[in-house]
Parts: sequence; C-alpha cells; structure tokens
Amino acid sequence: MSTRTDALAPPHLEAPAPTEGESYLAAKGVMSWAFSRDHKRIGIMYLVAILFFFMVGGILALLIRMELLTPTGDLFSSDTYNKMFTLHGAIMIFLFIIPSIPAALGNFFLPLMLGAKDVAFPRMNLASFHIYVAGALVLLYSIVAGTMDTGWTFYTPYSTQTKAAVVSATFGVFILGFSSVFTGINFIVTVHRMRAPGMTWNRMPLFVWATYATAVIQVLATPVLAITLLLLIVERTLGIGIFDPAMGGDPVLYQHFFWFYSHPAVYIMILPAFGIISELITIHSRKHIFGYKAIALSSVAIAIISFLVWGHHMFVSGQSELAAMIFSFLTFAVAVPTAIKVFSWVATLYKGSIAFNTPMLYGLGFIFLFTIGGLTGIFLGTLSVDVHLHDTYFVVAHFHYVMMGGTVIAFIGGLHHWWPKMTGRMFSERWGKIAFVLVFIGFNLTFFSQFILGTRGMPRRYHEYLPRFTLWHVLSSIGSQILGIGLFIILFYLLYSLFRGARAPVNPWGGVSLEWHTATPPITHNFAEQPVVTHGPYDFDEIQREEAP
Amino acid sequence: MTGDVTTRASHLEHHFHDAEQQRGAAKLGMWIFLATEILFFGGLFLAYGAMRFFYPGTFRAAHAFLSVPMGGLNTAVLITSSLTMALAVRAAQLSNTRHLVRLLLVTLLLAGVFLVVKYIEYSHKFHLGLLPGRFFTARGIAGMPHVFFGVYFVMTGLHGVHVIAGMIIITWILLRARQGRYHAAYYTPVENVGLYWHLVDLIWIFLFPLLYLVK
Repeated sequence: MSTRTDALAPPHLEAPAPTEGESYLAAKGVMSWAFSRDHKRIGIMYLVAILFFFMVGGILALLIRMELLTPTGDLFSSDTYNKMFTLHGAIMIFLFIIPSIPAALGNFFLPLMLGAKDVAFPRMNLASFHIYVAGALVLLYSIVAGTMDTGWTFYTPYSTQTKAAVVSATFGVFILGFSSVFTGINFIVTVHRMRAPGMTWNRMPLFVWATYATAVIQVLATPVLAITLLLLIVERTLGIGIFDPAMGGDPVLYQHFFWFYSHPAVYIMILPAFGIISELITIHSRKHIFGYKAIALSSVAIAIISFLVWGHHMFVSGQSELAAMIFSFLTFAVAVPTAIKVFSWVATLYKGSIAFNTPMLYGLGFIFLFTIGGLTGIFLGTLSVDVHLHDTYFVVAHFHYVMMGGTVIAFIGGLHHWWPKMTGRMFSERWGKIAFVLVFIGFNLTFFSQFILGTRGMPRRYHEYLPRFTLWHVLSSIGSQILGIGLFIILFYLLYSLFRGARAPVNPWGGVSLEWHTATPPITHNFAEQPVVTHGPYDFDEIQREEAP
Repeated sequence: MTGDVTTRASHLEHHFHDAEQQRGAAKLGMWIFLATEILFFGGLFLAYGAMRFFYPGTFRAAHAFLSVPMGGLNTAVLITSSLTMALAVRAAQLSNTRHLVRLLLVTLLLAGVFLVVKYIEYSHKFHLGLLPGRFFTARGIAGMPHVFFGVYFVMTGLHGVHVIAGMIIITWILLRARQGRYHAAYYTPVENVGLYWHLVDLIWIFLFPLLYLVK
C-alpha cells in the first residue's frame, strides 16, 4: 500500500514521528483550556475534574471506614454518617465513575484511534464538560449545604418525605444527565461518520467498540433517568401522586423507573473498562487478541441485555414472582457475553510474551478482581440467595469488586497505558509497581472482608454494629487505609512525572492502533496527514514485518 | 480524500472532509437526539399507563373536564405547523430564501397560537381548581382526580416546554435564513430543526387522544 502516510510509520521510534503542527499542549492560559473545542483538551479537563472527585469521594470513604473501626458511633453522628455515605455514593457514581473512562480517556482517544481530527460535534463536546461542571456544583452544593440522607438512589417514599434537599440534588443529577447524553451522541456519530479511510468496523480497536456500546446505553438510558428525576421533583413539589403512596402513587413504580436507567448505568461504568482491558492484555502480551469479533459483539450484547435486567434490584420490593424469575434468568444471561470476554483475554495471554509493567499489572489485576465481582453477582441474581444477602455488606462488597476492582482498576491501568501519549512523559515504573501491590492488597482486604460480613448478616448503611462483626470491620478499615495510601502514591508519582518524568517515545508499548502513530503528545489536529488504515488494530506481525528493512 | 487544501465552503467545519460527511454527521446526531426525546417522553407515557391502570374510573371521569374542541384546535394548529415546516425545508432546498423566511414565520406564529390556546385551557383549569396533586381543590370527581391532573399537567407542561424550545430554535434559523445562509448546498440546520419540530408535533398527536379522547 503506497498510500501509507508518515502517521503510520513503524512503532518504537525514539524521536517523535515527523509531524507538522504544534502539540495540543502548546497553547497556554486558562481560557485556551476552558473554552477549547479540542477533544484532547476536553478529555484532559474531564480527567482532572474526575480525579478530583475521585479523591473527594475516596476521602469520604476513608472517613466512613474510620467510623466503622469500632462498633459504636464515635466519630460522627448518625445524620452525618448518612450524609457522608450519600455524598460518597453520589460523587463516585455520578461525578466519577459514569464519566470516568468515556469522558476522559474516551474523549481523548476515540478520535485518535479512528484516525479522525476530532469528534463529530466539538462544540457539543465542550458543552458537555461545562454542563458537567454546572451539574456537579448544583449536586454538591445541595448535599453539602442542605442535608442528604436518601442514598444515591433517592427511593420514594422516603425521598418525598425527608427534609433533605432532594429537589436540588436530583436537579443536579438531571443536569449531569445532559452531559452524559451529549458525550454519548458525540461518540456514536463519531464512530459512524468520522472513521479514517480503511478503518472498517472490524479494524476498530476494541476500546472503540466498548465505548460505542457504552454510548448507546448512555443515549438510551439517561433520558429515562431524566424523566424519573423530573417526576420525583414534581412529586415532591406538587404531590402529583405517581410515586408517593400517601398521594395515591406507587413507590415500586419509582424503583422500576430508577433501575431502568441505573442498571444499564452499571454497564456504562463497566463496558469501557472491558475496552481498556482488551487493549492492555493484547498490547502488553504482544499477541493478537483472541476472538476479536466475539469481544466486540459481546459489548453490544451486554448493552442490549443490560436494559432487561433492572428488576434484579427489586427482588424483595414486591414485584411479581414471575417477573422476578424472568429478571433472574436474564441476569444470568449477562454472564455469558461477559464470560466470553474474560475467556478471550485469558486465551490471549496464552503463549503471549507478557510484560509485567504497570499497565499490564492492572490488566491482570482486573481479570482477577472482576471475576470475583462478576461471580458474586450470580449469587445476588439467584432469587433464593438474594433474599438473604439483600441489603447486606455482601452487596456492598459485590459492587465494589465490580465498580472499583473492575472499572477503577481498568481506569488506572488505562491511565498508565496512555499517560505517556497524553502527557509526553513516562511515570516511574518502580513506584507504579509498588502502588499496584498496595492497591491490590488494600482493595482485597477492604472488600473481601465485607463479603464475609455480609454473609454473616451485617446490614449495609448502618452507623453502628454488633460487636461480633468487629474483627471483619477492623480488617476492612485497615485495608481501606492501605488502598488509600496506594492511590495517593499513584497521584504523586504521576504528578511528579509531569515535571521530572523522562520524555515519552511515540510508541512506548509497541501498539499498532492509530493513537500510537502520531506525535507524543499528539498535535492539535491529531495527524499531520490523513492516516489510511490497512490492517487491524492488533496485527503485531504486520508491524514487525514493516520494521524489517 | 485528504480534504484539506481544496476550496472549503465557509459552512464546512475544520474536522470534516467534505460537506457530505458533515451533513451525515449532523443528521445522525439529530436522529439520536430524537431517540433520547422519545425515551424521555416514554417514561411519561409509562407513568400515564400505570396510573390509568391503577385508577381507570377516575381517569374516565376526569378526562371529561378537558376541552376536546380546544385540544382538537391545537392538534390542527400543530399539524399545520408541521406542514409549513416541511415546506420551509423544501424552500431551503430550492434556495428560495424569501419563501423559507415566510414559512418559518408562519410556523412560529402557529406555535404561538398553540401556546395561547394552551394558556386559555390552563387558566380555565386553574379557575376551576383542577390543579395537579395537592393543589387540587375541585369537587365532584370520584377517586383520585388529582393524579389525573398531575399527569395531565406534567405531560402537557413538558410538551409545552418543548414547543417553547422549538420556537427558540426556529427563531434562530429564521434570523440566519434572513441572512441567506441556507441554500441548496447547505440547509442541514433547517432540516434538523424541522425534524425536531415534527417530533414535538408527533408527541402531541399521542398526548391528545390519550388525555382528551380515550374513554
């Protein structure tokens, strides 16, 4: 193919690829960032905001665990405790995990991976970020200034009766929804319309596939959350009697509404993580991904099934037995495409030349932690078992294994994987490994203890507990401190690398997909010349052949 | 294919290769946005369905208090405005700016008429105390009439908000159309606003029978 351009030069180049144009980081000044329409800058702004909220939510979690060190409430009052776990949940879900991978890493890399100059609607992309900031401020203000004790789910009838600032908090989430929808619309259209010549659907990196499937969920599910919250606001202000039983409404209807969004939202959180893991596993084992199409289409399958399983949050809420059985069955069905992914990753590793660098450690850690998280989900999807485990720490442990052991671990792995490309600097590999070990041990200690607590009957959301639970709570709290230290180490060495890190090469890991074949950091227009794609994203043989003289 | 140095039309944004790609992206984006709107209203229709299922007697009794002539008039007004909107898109495709401006004005006017009729309906309801939820004060309807009027006001109210949003964006393209920005080579915004307007119309076409007519 003679049309191959400089942008597709062989990897492992020590000097930046010959490119024209300035690095996207060149322009200085706050305004050049705050009103930039460059998807890379928007991605970085999202990244900063998201990491900030991750830190806030994380510190809250550490405080909560500190309180739970002893059976009696000694650090905070019960009201403060309720406020804190609500704040922790709301921040982590709405301000951190949902936007985390798509809005930060996805924004940065989706156009690069497709060989596009930008997302389809750069102005809307910027608006999405501004709306995110506005929504975050409204949400935080209402929780901090008012009180908030409903948990992040805002269940009626409590949320229509409590004195807490439900209206403004839900309005904040309502605003945030627009930001999510805008990102979703942008990604779908970008994938459909902005691919480089030669970039067929089956040549798209799996991260793009996963982000695409995520975007479909974002676009289809978020409006339902919007109307749910709007109805909740109207219920509270006018008492229209849809959700409030005192006015003739049905609280179970609220739960249906809420979970119709919020279960798919779980896949908004985990699907992009699957995408990152597919990238990490194949690139750092230098082996073509096993079952490319199966992984790609399983993302789509998960997106579809995710809309049909919401009832498993309501097994004990009084829905019909038949509905519960169907939801239970469909919940098991999600395990199939998910298992296809896990098996494919393991098969990719088989006979690969695995590099145990920091990104790959997170990739491997993900497989371990997510498998535990996923399998305990089967326990909870089983009707008879769920009746006992419902609302215990088992549930808390399960979703932390999936959300944190899954999404956050993948997010951190992806952050390390693409950090050199985004910032032009290498981080300290040694500190990376130390931090990973702390995170991994700390995480398991924190949350595995909670599985045991849950099976022994410790209910979730309690401020105080019976003395017989003390041992496991103490272990969990110690684990959370180790985890916190690990995460702060990551923060420090990443920040340090910005100033003192070695200059990153164009393609530090020998990746094949397009983002590795433009300058590091990328130029404002992404590619000096329009890239033309002639092979798949994981054809490592292809690249090795090119390298030969 | 590289789409850089060749003469680029002023309406073509930098990150697209050509006008066709830009148009395709804008239209796909609009259709996806419309899908989100349908899901948004879908939630409302579900709430309506659930409440109707809970209180069929009340809904039958309460719906009689809605004015079918008023609702019918508004239906006719909105359908006509959809026609003028479609004709406006046609005018843009034919580069007929004068027609385009005139048709957009008529569409805007009809949207205004819709809101005026809605205002008259609302004030009548307010007068009778047929208000949503706990503000409901009227007597004489058995069951849970405040739920019906809650649903009625939320559904028509949110639809009204969409009509107002539609009027804003129609005004926006109207102003730009007067500058002659839309012509056979570039009329995507007109088309997209048209799509949005048809959806607003379509939602009303479902609201009208569900709220006013179904016995």
